Amino acid sequence: MNNKLHSIAKRLHWMDGVIVAVLILFFGYIWVQIGDQLNYKWRWGLIPNYMFRYDEERERWVANLLVQGLITTIRVCIYASILAVILGTLLGMARVAKNLTIRMLARTYLEILRNIPPVVVIFIFFFFLSEQLITALNIESWARGIARQENNAVWEFFFGDMRRFPSIISGVIVLALFESAFVGEIVRAGIEAIPRGQQEAARSLGMSWIAEMRYIILPQALRKVLPPLANQFISLIKDSAIISLISVQELTYKAVELVSTTRAIFEAWISVAAMYFVLCFSLSMLFSYLERPGKAAAR
Amino acid sequence: MPEDTPIIEIRNLDKFFGAFQALTDVSLTVHIGEKVVICGPSGSGKSTLIRCVNRLEEHSGGHLIVDGIELNDHTRNIRAVRMEVGMVFQQFNLFPHLTVLENLTVGPIRVRKIPKAEAISRARKYLDRVHIPEQADKYPAQLSGGQQQRVAIARSLCMEPRIMLFDEPTSALDPEMINEVLDVMTELAESGMTMICVTHEMGFANKVADKMVFMEDGKIVEIAPPSIFFTKPKNPRCQAFLDQILEH
Repeated sequence: MNNKLHSIAKRLHWMDGVIVAVLILFFGYIWVQIGDQLNYKWRWGLIPNYMFRYDEERERWVANLLVQGLITTIRVCIYASILAVILGTLLGMARVAKNLTIRMLARTYLEILRNIPPVVVIFIFFFFLSEQLITALNIESWARGIARQENNAVWEFFFGDMRRFPSIISGVIVLALFESAFVGEIVRAGIEAIPRGQQEAARSLGMSWIAEMRYIILPQALRKVLPPLANQFISLIKDSAIISLISVQELTYKAVELVSTTRAIFEAWISVAAMYFVLCFSLSMLFSYLERPGKAAAR
Repeated sequence: MPEDTPIIEIRNLDKFFGAFQALTDVSLTVHIGEKVVICGPSGSGKSTLIRCVNRLEEHSGGHLIVDGIELNDHTRNIRAVRMEVGMVFQQFNLFPHLTVLENLTVGPIRVRKIPKAEAISRARKYLDRVHIPEQADKYPAQLSGGQQQRVAIARSLCMEPRIMLFDEPTSALDPEMINEVLDVMTELAESGMTMICVTHEMGFANKVADKMVFMEDGKIVEIAPPSIFFTKPKNPRCQAFLDQILEH
């Protein structure tokens, strides 16, 4: 241990000290400015209560705003990425299809999504697609029906409060449609990285295009693109903040709510930032650990 | 089965890659049980010709009839033909994500739709035939080149094809592994399989072939039985080619 400290100390240069001092001064100045000039009172004591609160009736600790939001964010992200991988795989296959029309349609979808700001895409998907779909399929009343039932624990586990099911589901659909374009590009790159000989071998066994994809090309392609897919999953978590705009009650939405009731602007947003950071950073650490050679079944 | 029944009929075949003509007016008939060895300098269209036979390449003109089925744009025809025509590649092209056994069963199960247990016992039978029954549960990357090529041969045989095509099967192998693959091919030839081989292994060709074909610039220049082909070929370019590769 001593040795380690010693070696770190040896590598430090006087410049490092200067850099750290400048940074401390800078943030200290901002801290003081916020306190003095904005007359801002830090109330960090509020935050824990908005994570968990004690429910007097049920006599136990329950999740409050922030943790509720976090749980919704996690739920939405998991479902959206599953859906995005399915759609993205189809899209990736369409991008390399023999049929020109299919290829063009996939390309159009991708280019539209790539060249429109995400917020606009989200609104378009929501108003033109998701909301119509939910009304058409009568999902609203169906979800209310389940919410009224006694035995809805399984539903609640997967989707939280069933009265908000339509909102969650549109969040999932919108996010998945948005991310599927990027997953599609990753999958396409994976498919194109598979040597031509694989396709020829599959074909000379008499396989159809579907069988060739299903048993030969996709299993290899998806294994190849697992690392970028994992990164895309982290991107999706960050992008999910955007669906607060269509009133999905996830972490960012709850933070806005918290700010408007408590006025603890800095505390709320710093806490939310920390929660996103911990979630994304730990996932990224986990993925890079799994990717290490010799870890995952690298063949 | 009559020995003189044609199983592959190639009539006036042309093949273009863009403006480049890879095959010009190629005609060749292969009978059931016949072994044909195609040789010639690189770029002469040997590989293109046999890749046309299972339509990995589409011919541009002429007719190609395999096992009574004319090859044209109808997908069903193509798949029917491919089931009857096994292909062995220069680069093996084994499926790296599947074990040896799975490489051998994926075709029979997914294409021939035979039950899994039957496919497995069939796979073991052919692994025995290519002398590597003990490698069944390994992945291709764990095998030597020669072993991989023998697995590739077994994979094709598992479809129980009527014709086998070999596209320079030993060209990517280290010299000490060539013979184990040629031995398997010789045994296959002795079992009566119809074979077309593109190869430069003239010893093998001399031993096995019923018919030697020499190609140059996309044309068939000489067709002759090996006894004549190796001693007194009619075409001087064929003679020059043989002199060159038999020199060492």
